[in-house]
Amino acid sequence: MVLALDQVGVAFGGFRALSEVTLAVAPGQIVGLIGPNGAGKTTCVNVLTGFQRPTSGRVLLAGRAVSGLAAHRIRRAGVARTFQAGRLFTGLDVLDNLACTGVGLGLRRREAEHQASALLAWLGIATLESRPAAGLPYTDERRVAIARALMGGPRFLLLDEPAAGMSETEAADLAAVIRRIALERGIGCLLIEHNVGLVLSLASDVVVLDGGRVIERGDRAVILGSQAVREAYLGANLPEAA
Amino acid sequence: MSLQLLFDALALGGIHAIAALGIALIFGVMRLVNFAHGQFIACAVFALILPSADALAVLGLGRLPAPVLVPVILSVGAGLALAAEALVFRPMRNASPVTLMVGSFALGVALQNLLLVLYGGRPKAISLWAGLGHPVRIGSAEVPLLQLIVIAAIIVILVGLALLLRRSRIGLEMRAAAEDFGMARMLGVPANRVISGAFALSGSLAAVVALVLVAQTGIADVRMGGQIMLVAFIATVVGGMGSLSGAVVAGLGIGAVSALLQAGLPPEARPFRDAFLYAAVILVLLFRPQGLFAPVGTRTRV
Repeated sequence: MVLALDQVGVAFGGFRALSEVTLAVAPGQIVGLIGPNGAGKTTCVNVLTGFQRPTSGRVLLAGRAVSGLAAHRIRRAGVARTFQAGRLFTGLDVLDNLACTGVGLGLRRREAEHQASALLAWLGIATLESRPAAGLPYTDERRVAIARALMGGPRFLLLDEPAAGMSETEAADLAAVIRRIALERGIGCLLIEHNVGLVLSLASDVVVLDGGRVIERGDRAVILGSQAVREAYLGANLPEAA
Repeated sequence: MSLQLLFDALALGGIHAIAALGIALIFGVMRLVNFAHGQFIACAVFALILPSADALAVLGLGRLPAPVLVPVILSVGAGLALAAEALVFRPMRNASPVTLMVGSFALGVALQNLLLVLYGGRPKAISLWAGLGHPVRIGSAEVPLLQLIVIAAIIVILVGLALLLRRSRIGLEMRAAAEDFGMARMLGVPANRVISGAFALSGSLAAVVALVLVAQTGIADVRMGGQIMLVAFIATVVGGMGSLSGAVVAGLGIGAVSALLQAGLPPEARPFRDAFLYAAVILVLLFRPQGLFAPVGTRTRV
């Protein structure tokens, strides 16, 4: 029961966005995906979620190739994601934002609303239920987006820069939420972040992309000790090796 | 304002609102300005009569009693729209909005010519529900029964549609898809179901407009969808492309202003009624180019 990219390549015309990328996420595991801008991180998420067809290689879910499936089928099969900009439906209230997903997954309206309420409560944001999604504070918007992704009980959750623009305290709160999702729900998380410190503190396994290729993979110590990573991030702030 | 004028304004505005809704529904879910909507209306009109080139129309389906006829014609409209979606717009699903629009023009021309082949080009007299013309006295006004029925039907349709969009599963999916289609798909909302649903609804609304037009004017004309399509399109633009409530409000507004101008302008200025109306539209768009109720979803996305 693993979600994996197997030797995946993606080309846009002549531009190779990904080359032979292999990575795997197991249930309850947090895997980090880092790399400089344009390294291909979001493309990985798009391939994993069916929004981008790989040019070569396979996407595997529990050993089955799902590379050709439409996005909503992959979502139904249990792979959910959040987006960089939150992308809530601003014309709907918070509960309907979640209920909409439940309904899309085949729940009845009433069931979807029940599940949505329960999830919001689990994340400690039950008070937001009837608020319009437009104009939510930044951190609340992120939490609602995560709650929405958890509708239907996915087995995997891909988080695309969930901490972007957050302060250290806010990012720490978010880290606690992600840890709970992995531990209490057994959901395998793929965490894409620019905040390398956050990724290293959460992830048991980190994959580093640069120019569409995997340049390093391993635990915190491996990443911090890697010369290749240091070069890719030259000029960026990489935490000092402990 | 006289009561009579109020009823005129409501009936005319209501029809424009229903036509505008038909366009806004489809624009909402797939950013397609469906210029064939007018021909959907015309096809629903001609579905009432038997094909022939004679000037006097012979009712075919139109002979059915109203409780059967209305659902049948609504299904014809819905079926036509569904077929258009499956045969024309589905293969163009990922095309640009401009390509889609050109495609809808082509479909419109094809449908119009199909009608010309089957029915000839001359307008036909058609007598549907002739009994509904007799006036009813309400206070100081004498209102044709048909007008009351039209107003009641429009209220029922608008309330029903609002409930459908608010309460039902497909309604929630449509509202989400109208705002951010890619996102809705990603979240598990199947694209085909939502788009087919929108087309079916839009087609039935076109059929409603067709029935009202025929009952009011007693004429079946191959070109009859064009004029109302134009006004309805203007209403969707003024209302804010993709905003359903905006389309309804603007449709009602344009119809009402049109009726008021007709009654209020000095007789020598009346032929220029539409010029006044469109000048008002231009003024609105100068101050709110995004329309009165631009939906949040049309803002730039990341």
